[in-house]
Amino acid sequence: MAMGNHLVATGLAGHAVGPIDFTVEGGQCLAVTGKSGSGKSLLLRMVADLMPHQGSCSLDGALASAMPAPQWRQLVRYVAAEPGWWTHMVEDHFSDPAFFAAQAKQLGLASSLGRAAPERLSTGERQRAAILRAIEHQPKVLLLDEPSSALDEASTLKLEALIRALMQEGLAVILVSHNPDQVARLATKRLTIGETP
Amino acid sequence: MSGLTFSTIELLLASGLILASAGLSLLLSLGIHRALLVAGLRMSVQLLLVGLVLRFIFESGSPWLTLALLVVMLTAASYEVGARQKFRLSGGWHFALSGAAVSTATIVVAAFALSTLASTADWTAPRVVIPIAGIVLGTAMSATSVALNALLDGIVAARNGIEAQLALGHSRSEALRPMLRKAIHAGSIPVINQMAGAGIITLPGIMSGQILAGQDPLIAAQSQIYLMFLLSGAAIASIVIAIYIAMLRLTDDRHRLRLDRLKAHP
Repeated sequence: MAMGNHLVATGLAGHAVGPIDFTVEGGQCLAVTGKSGSGKSLLLRMVADLMPHQGSCSLDGALASAMPAPQWRQLVRYVAAEPGWWTHMVEDHFSDPAFFAAQAKQLGLASSLGRAAPERLSTGERQRAAILRAIEHQPKVLLLDEPSSALDEASTLKLEALIRALMQEGLAVILVSHNPDQVARLATKRLTIGETP
Repeated sequence: MSGLTFSTIELLLASGLILASAGLSLLLSLGIHRALLVAGLRMSVQLLLVGLVLRFIFESGSPWLTLALLVVMLTAASYEVGARQKFRLSGGWHFALSGAAVSTATIVVAAFALSTLASTADWTAPRVVIPIAGIVLGTAMSATSVALNALLDGIVAARNGIEAQLALGHSRSEALRPMLRKAIHAGSIPVINQMAGAGIITLPGIMSGQILAGQDPLIAAQSQIYLMFLLSGAAIASIVIAIYIAMLRLTDDRHRLRLDRLKAHP
């Protein structure tokens, strides 16, 4: 089944990580594993072009370096392990403030949290709100850094159900997770980094 | 003019106030006596030296000596802008950026001022050029220092929020705009307060000095107004230049936050 959204990374390297090559396409989830400090977060940040690096990434043949960085990051969205917030209310972090209220329930969040200040939310609530924020404009690729590190079992499964549904619509996912069960449930391919050859 | 002057005896008597403050610090273990005495001594030596140098330059009337002094002042100000900041741009950028901002603002504003004075005074005379450049430079320097400090602290503190915006596809100017506004605001408040409170809360320095020196108060007020406009113009220009250069340096053309170009000073 060809779904497009074909991300190709070639020779990604920087800050003592890599070079790393991989491909992932719509409907797939590439799980990145490796010891703490092996550079899994750095790899995701390089794919999002949030830090200087060698090598290149392309999506369906279009090179990241050939388009403005903001445009690339709308297609290839990075969600940090501890996502940042910059304004007063959670819903103000969305282009359409109503998006949060409409989507909150499927991740087990109260829609009233949209009008709360981000620092009033628990770490797990903020993680889920940040995922909703990242999918608001239907990115093609989602880069998830420990997305459920602060979630209980039930919330983790709800989050995975959402990710799986988006994958069926053609989303490609790169997942960094320390949870082997989660990797087993979501991954369709794997990449281990930081092993000395 | 029946100007007021201060002799050595009067200066020594006034220094008794500093000595008394230092004594108070010792008595109450406030721990500021050493810094207070050193600063008082430094100030006296520096000002007397400057007085001597200026007297020499004014008597010589040499434009080259005037220029040399201005260069020394600009260099010192560029250094001072960054001297007490917690975060600095690495690799000489801090000095270069401070120098570019403070020098450009001072030169433009001082040149503007001196050219408007051309009809009423010999504007190339060292006794006109040096005080005007000095007071403009001092204000630009402290305003820029405050603004730059607010910007760098603000960016480091808000780093996660800025990166989150960049990751969502916001441009660097969108992501940093609130920080720029805060920094420019912080830097310009003292100048604005100074104008708003002038005459009611404090008698500004130039005006006080001229009145003490025997000048008519209304004429002294006019000099103060003139200088306040110059100072505000120079401060805002210097702040804006410094903040925009810093913003460009702390990001790159791929809209990344480049805090690796910042180093912390203990």
